[in-house]
Amino acid sequence: MNKDFSVVGKSLVREDGLEKITGRAMFADDYKFDGMLHSAMLRIPATHAAINSIDFSAVINNPSVKAIITSQDVPASKKIGIIKNDQPVFCDEKVVTPGDVLAMILGEDENELRELVKSIKVDYTALPTLTNPAKALEETALLIHPEFGTNLICHHPLHKGDVEKGFADSDEILEQVYTTQTIEHAYIEPEAVIALPIDNGGVKIIGSIQNPFSARRIVCNVLNLPPEKVHVVQAQLGGSFGGKDDNMCMLSSRATVAALKAKCPVKIRYTREESILESYKRHPYILKYKVGFSKSGKIKAMKIDLLADGGAYCSMSPFVTWRSVVQATGPYAIENVHTDVRAVYTNNPYTGAMRGFGSPQPIFAQESIMDEIAVRVGITPDEIRRRNGLKLGSVTSTGQTLRDHDVNLIPVLDKACAFTNFASKWNEYKNKQEELNGYIFDQPIFKDEQFIQPEKLIKKGIGLAVSFRGCSLGAEGLDQSSCFVSIQPDGKIVMLSGLAENGQGLRMTLIMSAAEVLGVSSEKITFLESDTSKMDDSGPTVASRGTLMGAAAAKNACDLLLEKLENVVRVEFKVDDSDFISFRENLVLSRKKGAITKFDDVVKLASQKGIDLSVIGRYKSPDVSWDEHSGQGDAYFTYVYGCQVAEVSVNTGTGEVYLNKITAVHDPGTVINRLGAIGQVYGGVTQGSGYGILEEVTSEDGMIRELNFDQYLIPTAKDIDEIKPLFLEGEEKYGAWGAKSLGEPTLELGAAAIANAVCNALGKRFYNLPLNLEEVLLGRKLRPQDLKRGSL
Amino acid sequence: MEIKFTLNGKEAVVVCEPSLRFIDLLREKLSLTGTKEGCGVGECGACTVIMNGVAVNSCLVLASQVVGSEVLTIEGIANGEELHLLQKNFLQAGAVQCGFCTPGMVLSSYALLQENSNPSEEEIKDAIAGNLCRCTGYKQILDAVKQTAKELNPSAKL
Ligand code: FES
Ligand code: FES
Repeated sequence: MNKDFSVVGKSLVREDGLEKITGRAMFADDYKFDGMLHSAMLRIPATHAAINSIDFSAVINNPSVKAIITSQDVPASKKIGIIKNDQPVFCDEKVVTPGDVLAMILGEDENELRELVKSIKVDYTALPTLTNPAKALEETALLIHPEFGTNLICHHPLHKGDVEKGFADSDEILEQVYTTQTIEHAYIEPEAVIALPIDNGGVKIIGSIQNPFSARRIVCNVLNLPPEKVHVVQAQLGGSFGGKDDNMCMLSSRATVAALKAKCPVKIRYTREESILESYKRHPYILKYKVGFSKSGKIKAMKIDLLADGGAYCSMSPFVTWRSVVQATGPYAIENVHTDVRAVYTNNPYTGAMRGFGSPQPIFAQESIMDEIAVRVGITPDEIRRRNGLKLGSVTSTGQTLRDHDVNLIPVLDKACAFTNFASKWNEYKNKQEELNGYIFDQPIFKDEQFIQPEKLIKKGIGLAVSFRGCSLGAEGLDQSSCFVSIQPDGKIVMLSGLAENGQGLRMTLIMSAAEVLGVSSEKITFLESDTSKMDDSGPTVASRGTLMGAAAAKNACDLLLEKLENVVRVEFKVDDSDFISFRENLVLSRKKGAITKFDDVVKLASQKGIDLSVIGRYKSPDVSWDEHSGQGDAYFTYVYGCQVAEVSVNTGTGEVYLNKITAVHDPGTVINRLGAIGQVYGGVTQGSGYGILEEVTSEDGMIRELNFDQYLIPTAKDIDEIKPLFLEGEEKYGAWGAKSLGEPTLELGAAAIANAVCNALGKRFYNLPLNLEEVLLGRKLRPQDLKRGSL
Repeated sequence: MEIKFTLNGKEAVVVCEPSLRFIDLLREKLSLTGTKEGCGVGECGACTVIMNGVAVNSCLVLASQVVGSEVLTIEGIANGEELHLLQKNFLQAGAVQCGFCTPGMVLSSYALLQENSNPSEEEIKDAIAGNLCRCTGYKQILDAVKQTAKELNPSAKL
């Protein structure tokens, strides 16, 4: 820590901990209201189909069915989307992916409704499907949304220098193709929302909603209601990771349409199967890299072509892929770069925001190829990164000169390597890659020494990956936030932020920031229930911007309050301008007089004098710039850097990758709540590991196979041995005391580091995530349709 | 059917279908919403309760199976307003993020410590392997359980 903080940087227990640990915390599905109806969704088992007619006669006169809701009940916008309105609230013409909903029925008994909905007959014509994104842009490809005239969702080009010249100047050129898989957010709480009609013709919505302001905006569009008639309240959120945004806007819209029609509260809650079926996923990418480099390993040129499968709807694809175009080369200073990133429509489940947001995919590719180049030129992986890595004053591929912040790439790399003794382990394991060669496979065994000893099957490996990550939204959109802080006459403090608590502990971070400025203990501060009618929109709680933007606004609000209190102290206690006043530990001190009075007493004085102690603090990020045609500009106003080292054991008999240790070095600027920050690292590394070795949503003609946790495997307590978080903190001029981002950087590196470690163990490189048993053992993914009856 | 059982130390009587899932009995009939549903198929552990000393997935237990048994849910772990040591340590260790898995985690660990007050790291991992958490990466949960074992049993091997 580089400052004499009293609260910031400590480990404090989160303010909502007590409620959560006692089971009293109210998640969306825990709310019940008098006269509340439940719901069930009507879907058809088709990936792409034209709907001819729906026959509701089986349920229309059933007394258990209180209402049937279809597209006809949607008063205004029938299609929604955070960026593009392409997703129908209820489909009436066609379905374009299996999660699509045609109608919903309401009633008191949810289980009964789920049975009844199956009796509704839908007459539909199956249409040909497009599930291979690589074919989406072919001339003859069918169009998912014919009204757009193309399957292209977006294209972000980037040109810097002259790649052809760069390749001509190179000693060697390496070309590789990588793929990454679709994955599920797998928040443990499935989606739930309740809409309650209110007297003024409006609605109150309580739900597992990541971004209440997005939900409000979309519900207003669907219902044609003014914002003041739509109150969105976020219930305790049981995990989101970017995944409770579009889908919750959708469910909020459906619930509101239903509640206003039925004139009673309506709850929608999803089973895990429905959640996985309908919610959006992480984009799978096809990544083509061509890299020219010199004998010494200096990268001369990079040509990159990325294709993201956006699935059936646009969702956040343009923003997700924009982050990819900015970061696709990795944190390397390269003179000549040509990048194209495209996202396309297919009939697959749609994809959108997920923690990492367009970075884990290119990082896997770029960090794999860097390691491969290191081996070719005969240096260690850390060394090639030192030779090419971004330093202060380097120019990124978007033409941005890095200044005004600590360009910590090499420091995080060095710290990680020193801590893990990287280079020597890497060389040692590399030399053992061939060790099994004494054995001759496929031959009868006659002598004892010909048996392979089980421990000989286990190979160790170490690998690393580095990244830079633009903080907050960058040139994606207007970037500002606000925070309301009010000191009550008794000295207690209440706060509200337009940013959302998604389980990550943002509220505690904001409370600690306020406590630091006001010099009070954090128990004095409470958060008010967040409600869109009480607070300004602060933009979405995404892009690891909560701490950066939120704490900065909280600090600004408290700085304003402090000024007011300080004036009162100067007048009432006759402290002249030459003396310095500070607030610490619930006391007010002056340099000359020492402790003068208590915080509470100053507040009392101020309120007796009628001074308003409620303020809104704001923070607007510095300007950024972007040129869409050249892909050049100052994409983000500041960056964070990270390095993760994976140490693995690979069972060459089964293909199992066991994670012995992951060391994660990050530079979040200033850590505000240490306990929370460490928790972010543990959680992010674990998710990143799942992405690396376990998780994959597969589908057959668009139909997802893994609809519950019995098939979709996420890491359990037994899957990673040790995680070591290390922080490199520094002075920064942005945000509150330079507190930047942490949540996403922790997740984006794991898969790449693991893949490099497995390669170090086996001497064999893998180009397709995840590195599950079959990939490691057979070099390909097994799918049910690959299998002929009963055998390979 | 009349379902009589002991719930968090008190007698409970509920009239319901014998095939009602126990999780629904708790959440819907008794409004004890601390028990969570994450999967409904016995994979996530969010619905864990302790039945006759054993941690079970309440989504896989039917009301009729509960008759006469002794059940502990998250609502019964604290002693009034006084948190159980395990709960305190969960908070101190940072083992709670979104909190959705938390009730189940606490109950699985509680059942373990009742059985074995001095568990090894592997034994703790085994005990919570059926409880999925997407937020914490489990490390701080393991710390909380170890710390509790240490405080309950000063000669613990951890
Ligand atoms: S809800 Fe019972 S195990 Fe998941
Ligand atoms: S704390 Fe969120 S699932 Fe465990």
